[in-house]
Amino acid sequence: MSKGTLFDKVWDLHTVGTLPSGLTQLFIGLHLIHEVTSPQAFAMLRERGLKVLFPERTIATVDHIVPTENQARPFVDSLAEDMISALEKNCAEHNITFYHIGSGNQGIVHVIAPELGLTQPGMTIACGDSHTSSHGAFGAIAFGIGTSQVRDVLASQTLALSKLKVRKIEVNGKLPLGVYAKDVILHIIRTLGVKGGVGYAYEYAGTTFEQMNMEERMTVCNMSIEGGARCGYVNPDQVTYDYLKGKDFSPKDTDWDSAIAWWESIRSDVDAEYDDVVVFRAEEIPPTVTWGITPGQGIGIDQQIPAPEQLLEEDRVIAQEAYNYMDLLPGQPIKGTKIDVCFIGSCTNGRISDLREAAKIALGRQVAAGVKAFVVPGSERVKKAAEAEGLDKIFIAAGFEWREPGCSMCLAMNPDKLVGRQISASSSNRNFKGRQGSAHGRTLLMSPAMVAIAAIQGEVADVRQLLS
Amino acid sequence: MVSEIKIISGSGVPLIGNDIDTDRIIPARYLKAITFDGLGEGVFIDDRQALNGQHPFDQPQYQGATILVVNRNFGCGSSREHAPQALAKWGIQAIIGESFGEIFFGNCSTIGIPVVTAAPEVIQQLQALVTAHPQGVIAINLEKLQVSQVDGDFIAPVVLNEGRRTAFVSGTWDACGQLVANVDQVRAIANQLPYIKWTNLAVN
Repeated sequence: MSKGTLFDKVWDLHTVGTLPSGLTQLFIGLHLIHEVTSPQAFAMLRERGLKVLFPERTIATVDHIVPTENQARPFVDSLAEDMISALEKNCAEHNITFYHIGSGNQGIVHVIAPELGLTQPGMTIACGDSHTSSHGAFGAIAFGIGTSQVRDVLASQTLALSKLKVRKIEVNGKLPLGVYAKDVILHIIRTLGVKGGVGYAYEYAGTTFEQMNMEERMTVCNMSIEGGARCGYVNPDQVTYDYLKGKDFSPKDTDWDSAIAWWESIRSDVDAEYDDVVVFRAEEIPPTVTWGITPGQGIGIDQQIPAPEQLLEEDRVIAQEAYNYMDLLPGQPIKGTKIDVCFIGSCTNGRISDLREAAKIALGRQVAAGVKAFVVPGSERVKKAAEAEGLDKIFIAAGFEWREPGCSMCLAMNPDKLVGRQISASSSNRNFKGRQGSAHGRTLLMSPAMVAIAAIQGEVADVRQLLS
Repeated sequence: MVSEIKIISGSGVPLIGNDIDTDRIIPARYLKAITFDGLGEGVFIDDRQALNGQHPFDQPQYQGATILVVNRNFGCGSSREHAPQALAKWGIQAIIGESFGEIFFGNCSTIGIPVVTAAPEVIQQLQALVTAHPQGVIAINLEKLQVSQVDGDFIAPVVLNEGRRTAFVSGTWDACGQLVANVDQVRAIANQLPYIKWTNLAVN
């Protein structure tokens, strides 16, 4: 059993008590809600005659269903309009802060909370969205929950949970040129498997993560869940504090000094004990692309789609399903795979540094004929910052569409969808069957820079050829 | 509202395959609603259409089944509670498999659907058994942590963590009431956490 890790310390500090079942009642420091997984929770509260216990510790925004082109109300999609209306009404009724479209603070929930300084080290954070693990980048214990658990947090600011084990994932060394945080997490998932993290919290440690900025750390933690780990975190350090300093909700004045002292105290001890430790070398990680229907079905850009006999026996059935669905053959190189749609955005890779990396590739080049390419900033702040730097003009000049913020085609709950058997190069997090809005649509996951070069060349390509 | 769940019995439905994610259980387009009411028709909809009537959820012999028998990492991916809600609307009352996505497991537990694991060979045996005798009744006993064939010889151990098991058996799986009852302790913990004072979220 782990001992002295950040996970252990934060868990203990937030433990309210042990329930009769033996489960832990855990206090949730920050609760984030959005339009998709909250309306039923509010309805359940009403049915039970309960109120929101700490309305000031729940923050709402709208992200999943928002159109990225025409945002005029009422939305063209009446179902989407019903959802946003329900959120408006629930927030007003329960006195919950709602960062609405046009407020300057709206965006994907996992993008806005960090940029507002709401996400801080040592917190427990829950949200009805599996990518809540993103917030672990700050040294928070952050995880996704279902709607009935959203109800529980609203009603009690707590959850009934069993404690996770802790696996340290150490990556050391300097990432090669053209290899990004996205490649690191795709490589980890590919190696440990999509169920490798079940039952674990992942602690990302080592010099590679220490060298990453906060947005890169968020990309890594974001996809912990794709490796089966409900939460993943990086111990807070000077990079974290520099990012937080001066943010809207960051501690101010003398509180700042107390905060740093407390944040330092919750870091994993030097002699902390882990349930498991796995070590990687940064230099061995290539630009990585998924070829299949799980985020673990990834390969280096120079590799070929694996044959069944190269895979573990337990991975062969899903591989067969993937060959059929993706219409890709074992032994075929991934490089050169023709692309129909390119999507840059999402809670994984929709932040300003992601857009900068993609813009470097797009600058002075043209999207290939027949390819639809679009960029969806992660938040209104990201959009504003990108426009201030002129990134929008670079993308538009190259033939990309420049959209309004939201989750967009990561899960296609808005009008941005694949059509038929289209194949996308996507900076998002999931390549599941049907994920991007068409029951036959196909998704290749990769870094934003790799999506940008795929857009330019009309096929999967190696970004390193443009960077050397 | 909350009731004890000790034994779940009924006919089974085998769903063979690893890493079946919650997007496949219920595609995102079915999440565009403010209630869970319409989810039943959407369960596995894309897989079912692709298999044109040959998906176990469409095959006549499995209609009325209450126990879903799955393989590895079932329910991985999105946190959508819509997935277990959709399965429940189809008629599923318990799930047994090799392993499960963590959030899916938590969601099932919270809404009163026991999810138990068993060794891969047990699952394969059970899937074969259900396929051969679709009308046969199987039972998952949470007190004994066993799965068995009623009127048959098959019996095997299952695993469920002790907290969740106790919650089902004692009828406390819907923890909302217990959590709310401890409001004084909750406030006490909140007062000990320094960040609560640093960040007055109600200001803006």
